Amino acid sequence: MNPQDLLLGAFIYLAAAVIAAPVATRLGLGSVLGYLVAGMVIGPSLLGLVGQEGAHVMHFAEFGVVVMLFLVGLELQPSKLWELRRPIIGLGGLQVLVTALALGGGALAIGFGWKAALATGLILAMSSTAIVLQSLNERGILKTTAGQSCFSVLLFQDIAVIPILALLPLLAAAQAHDTHDTSLIGDLPGWAQTIAVLAAVGVVVLAGRFLTRPLFRLVAETGMREVFVGLALVMVVGIALLMQLVGLSAALGTFLAGVVLAESEYRHELEMDLEPFKGLLLAVFFIAVGAGIDFSLLFGQPLFILGLVAGFIAVKLVVLFVLARLFGMSTPDASRFSFALAQGSEFAFVLISFAAGLALLDPAQAGLLVAVVALSMAAAPLLMIFDARVLQPRFASAGETRENDHIDESGTRVIIAGHGRYGMTVGRILQASGIRAVVLDHDGEQIDALRKFGYKVYYGDASRPDLLEAAGAAEAQVLVIAIDDREKALEIVETARRHFPNLRILARAFDRVHAYRLFNAGVEDVHREVFASSVDMGEQLLVRLGFHPFEARRAASRFKSHDEKLIRRAAKHVDDTQRLIDLARQGSEEIERVLATDMGDTPQSPDHGWEAPDAKPRES
Amino acid sequence: MKILVLHAHPRLSASVVQRAMLRAIEGLDDVTRVDLYAEYPGMDIDVPREQRRLLDHDVIVLQHPLYWYSSPAIIKEWQDLVLENGWAYGPGGTKLAGRFLMSAISTGGPEQAYHHAGRNRFEITELLSPFNQTAWLCSMAWLAPFVIHAGRRMSNTELSSAAESYRDLIVGLRDGTIDPLTRLAPGFTLPPAFVEGISR
Repeated sequence: MNPQDLLLGAFIYLAAAVIAAPVATRLGLGSVLGYLVAGMVIGPSLLGLVGQEGAHVMHFAEFGVVVMLFLVGLELQPSKLWELRRPIIGLGGLQVLVTALALGGGALAIGFGWKAALATGLILAMSSTAIVLQSLNERGILKTTAGQSCFSVLLFQDIAVIPILALLPLLAAAQAHDTHDTSLIGDLPGWAQTIAVLAAVGVVVLAGRFLTRPLFRLVAETGMREVFVGLALVMVVGIALLMQLVGLSAALGTFLAGVVLAESEYRHELEMDLEPFKGLLLAVFFIAVGAGIDFSLLFGQPLFILGLVAGFIAVKLVVLFVLARLFGMSTPDASRFSFALAQGSEFAFVLISFAAGLALLDPAQAGLLVAVVALSMAAAPLLMIFDARVLQPRFASAGETRENDHIDESGTRVIIAGHGRYGMTVGRILQASGIRAVVLDHDGEQIDALRKFGYKVYYGDASRPDLLEAAGAAEAQVLVIAIDDREKALEIVETARRHFPNLRILARAFDRVHAYRLFNAGVEDVHREVFASSVDMGEQLLVRLGFHPFEARRAASRFKSHDEKLIRRAAKHVDDTQRLIDLARQGSEEIERVLATDMGDTPQSPDHGWEAPDAKPRES
Repeated sequence: MKILVLHAHPRLSASVVQRAMLRAIEGLDDVTRVDLYAEYPGMDIDVPREQRRLLDHDVIVLQHPLYWYSSPAIIKEWQDLVLENGWAYGPGGTKLAGRFLMSAISTGGPEQAYHHAGRNRFEITELLSPFNQTAWLCSMAWLAPFVIHAGRRMSNTELSSAAESYRDLIVGLRDGTIDPLTRLAPGFTLPPAFVEGISR
């Protein structure tokens, strides 16, 4: 492919993505369906803008799936994974087993040999991680009961790819021994292969645990963002290569690396740096899938193929629904769950070509399966829409008591930007009250120090919307801005108000002028950093001077609320110095009057007030 | 006996009668004065500490001006937090049984105002019935309240002699020259568990 063609190809794919995604989203169909349709349109069967290189492009874009699994891993702390062990192994395992048997039986019925049928069943038992996670995430239901169950099943499937890859050659053993094994260790004896695989996994885990943090810190200190992005990509690509070298799934390897890094303070930074790559690569991947659908095959025997697709989806739906109910999901959840997972997987394409290479499937069978899987993937977003728009409202109206969606407890309620002397105190109060906050700071050394004390602090610059997003700004209630850079604080306010208008902002101001600017930027809860402390000291000073402590407390409180009102008034005239001076004078007089009254200088003590009505002689 | 005087006045600097009463009992052995508003200006009462104080004394005096026919807010806060279920009352709540509770109050209005025919329509002991029942529930004996009426209109001599009679009462209770059982509030009968209370 010469450079000209490469650029042209990139242009066509990206342009298709750029056009399709907004249109599909606007129509409420979700971006995945948009990409698939765009692929069909530009593919050889319709416009023919892209041609035979489609398979290569897809192969390349599969890297998007790899990056996605890395990001999925980042979201999953090992403890969380352990929590999900039952749905992963139980629900996921049964799903693969039962679906494989049912679909294998179907394949037997249409005349496949038993080995081919078994392979077909296993291949088709997978669902599309890319489509499902993308769609659930877009619709914001990834953390609901149904969403978490989908995730568990997908995770099991991703893991199951490995034993399936190992099983297929055994099935084919009697048949041709193809040179499928491109891995470097293919010629080694079995035990050595095992050791190599374990060693590779060990390298990923150990390097992830001990090497990445100093490395990221080093790079973060340079302050050059592109280097950080580069390092993240090098890491993911490196792991993918290493895994392929030992014949493991690259996706699983990067997933593992993601889990290892899930506790790292660079997690959010990594997430948002890789996010665009993942998004674009997945878009290209979906377009390639769309382009790869062979319409001639479809038009040759349309009823047969559509029937197969319908049967395939129906079997998946039934199996998933029954299992979901067995595992205690409510009907609406089970419906959402089964409609989300009723499609073929991108892994199926890999597995099909693998099985074809082993001569386990003949070319006609392989072509048929590719078409069925691709069409089911195209139908997937439509099925989810059908469930959301037609079925779910019925469940609701049928009066079935729908359980509240289980919102993941790790959901962020508070984001604290800046964990210095100020933010730390705020964070400690939250922690003491059992509320978990995501803390962001951009001082690598400070973070290292804090983590030694057991604080969960992430590295990152909170003035960037993507980082706020990664920290959970979309679902959080409150953003605390406590960083020690006054301009940056204002930037964060602006970003947060533009991208997350529902987020309540509490901001720390350095001084009066900074407070004015924060008020004028739209923050209602502004706290001057030394104000409360100086008021406290003033109160104590009054006590030391002989004031009664309760009266001193009241004086301090009155002063405080008066000054809070005054500063809000003054903020409106921040550019008018004379006006500010007038306001300040006026304010001082006001507060003196208020306190004088409160201290009882005027004859309004309660004793007197109580006395007055009865004091008149006619009463007594 | 040991006397605990829990005092509350939200504007002590503006007070005349309450300050005179406080001065009168200043420096007495076995008489502990606690200014609740001074110790807890934020109303955040230290419950275990106040409970320990109660256990250390036999007679609990609530000294305050009568505001709106009751006590200033912090006395109510003290009741709400310190007199815990299972400690002061309820199952196992016998810690205060056998002790004495007395109100020592000052009113703005004259004595005549606190009668059924008077401006305030109720007698002082009627108005203080929440404290009566508090004592009863905690198996304490509720003593007749000590009251200074319309102290602000008294001359200095009158006020001093009123404050002195307060001092005499406190000292008499402390020394046992005044038997608290002869000073029960009118109509108050001892609660059943009172006698099994603390041994003195």
